[in-house]
Amino acid sequence: MAYFSQQLINAITLGAIYGLIAVGYTMVYGIIGMINFAHGEVFMIGAFISLIGFMICGLLGIGSAPVAILLVLLMAMAFSAVYGWAIERTAYRPLRGSFRLAPLISAIGVSIALQNYVQLVQGARPKPGGDVVSGGFNLFSADGFDVRVTWLQIIIVLVTVVLMMGFTWLIARTPLGRRQRACEQDMKMAALLGVNVDRTISLTFVLGAALAAVAGMLFLMYYGVIDFFIGFLAGIKAFTAAVLGGIGSLPGAMLGGLLIGLIEVFWAAYFSSEYKDVAAFAILVLVLIFRPSGLLGKPEIEKV
Amino acid sequence: MAEPPILAVKGVKTFYGAIQALHGVDLEVARGEIVALIGANGAGKSTLLMTICGNPRARAGAVQFDGEDITALPTHEIVRRGVAQVPEGRRIFPRMSVFENLQMGATLADPAHFSHDLERVFAMFPRLAERRDQRGGTLSGGEQQMLAISRALMSRPRLLLLDEPSLGLAPLIVRQIFEAIGRIAREEGVTIFLVEQNAYHALRLADRGYVLANGRVRLSGGGRELLANAEVRAAYLEGGHP
Ligand SMILES: Nc1ncnc2c1ncn2[C@@H]1O[C@H](COP(=O)(O)OP(=O)(O)OP(=O)(O)O)[C@@H](O)[C@H]1O
Ligand SMILES: [Mg+2]
Repeated sequence: MAYFSQQLINAITLGAIYGLIAVGYTMVYGIIGMINFAHGEVFMIGAFISLIGFMICGLLGIGSAPVAILLVLLMAMAFSAVYGWAIERTAYRPLRGSFRLAPLISAIGVSIALQNYVQLVQGARPKPGGDVVSGGFNLFSADGFDVRVTWLQIIIVLVTVVLMMGFTWLIARTPLGRRQRACEQDMKMAALLGVNVDRTISLTFVLGAALAAVAGMLFLMYYGVIDFFIGFLAGIKAFTAAVLGGIGSLPGAMLGGLLIGLIEVFWAAYFSSEYKDVAAFAILVLVLIFRPSGLLGKPEIEKV
Repeated sequence: MAEPPILAVKGVKTFYGAIQALHGVDLEVARGEIVALIGANGAGKSTLLMTICGNPRARAGAVQFDGEDITALPTHEIVRRGVAQVPEGRRIFPRMSVFENLQMGATLADPAHFSHDLERVFAMFPRLAERRDQRGGTLSGGEQQMLAISRALMSRPRLLLLDEPSLGLAPLIVRQIFEAIGRIAREEGVTIFLVEQNAYHALRLADRGYVLANGRVRLSGGGRELLANAEVRAAYLEGGHP
């Protein structure tokens, strides 16, 4: 029981990070019907910006962890948003209206370019950093096993929950979110009502990138080391999460992230850590066989 | 010269890839008029309405709104000038409520007008008020048509483009819709350019009409005059009304 609870806590933490990345995949897919293959790299860049951010905070002598986290969070979101915007402008917009695979290929190109760029600038070796929060407390003990929650885990889950709530509110309740949903449902009609579709698509990339950057920061703080290649696996898992939850669905992305976190952690805890990645993908395949639109995916049939 | 027509289409040619849909269309709509455009399936009626809104864009010729050349403007800039369209197939946002669809219609409007305009369209179509929170995709065809017209009105357009508003509707609803269109023109002073298969209703309502065939204007004249025209009767009123 104690061991299980501990794994559950770890899984939720990891799932939160995947969920944040998955939102970007699902939003972009929702609006242009394509996967942003460079999204994992935005997450990786967000992690590196955070690494630099925490170093700057250290140099400036900002001792308070909450202040440093908030500053780095804003900085990572802002810079990564620029990357998200640039990816749309370079890899997607010029190819809009050309054959369907073209933007995917260009996005993979951007993804490789970004990896190499970071490898060149930051070096290929893993970099430590982001070690600003330590400690935790024992939740309870049972079977001679302490169930521990770290402050960092609480921060990760809290930041994720707040951002997801804010983001859901933005999409569901604000004029901006309404325009975003309108483009998602019928771009041509949205334009006929005066929506600037290009700008709305840009904005979708920017918002997704900002959330991925937060995931990057949390990842850095959680694992303590990053390298130029972290975007690949995390990106694929978050993409899996988005598909599992139902690509195009915002709550689906969050649920999918959580599930991928759970599968990965519990598989490693009870079976073998070697096949934990395989387990997540195997479950994805199973879900897609029985529910092709994902767990919370939109039904295919729609009047109109 | 007097004031320019609110809409002038001059020698417009539109293509879908290599396929040419409009072969040089010329027509005009004056301020305050109701003008009907009729024609067979595939004549290019919907293409013309969409070309006026810049999607697809005319490859040759010009579209002028209120004397201004709008041919090259992006769609959202064209509609900002005071054009609204009820497009073919209604294109209601299926996963938005009736209320949100109307909010989308008001994208370009002054937010201060919103509640007033909302009451106005609800007064015109009380059915919509009852279904305010229902998802657009689950409305009946007639309700969707009412919503599409209401949504277009929320932007307070000066020119309203309607693409087959009576398509697939029961005769009673058709009459309601045409009555509403007449009211919109008379009471609100909105200029109306109306595409219809239902030539009888459309030409009776319209001040003037055009007949489009194979991407060209084939006939034009007063609404009643066209209704009496033998060619129009044979091609578009056969088996329909007297
Ligand atoms: N997206 C498209 N791609 C290729 N061809 C198209 C496209 N849309 C329309 N067309 C063609 O252009 C021509 C005109 O079509 P349009 O939809 O304007 O006709 P319409 O007069 O509105 O007909 P209907 O009364 O059936 O609605 C048709 O031959 C049609 O096949
Ligand atoms: Mg048509």
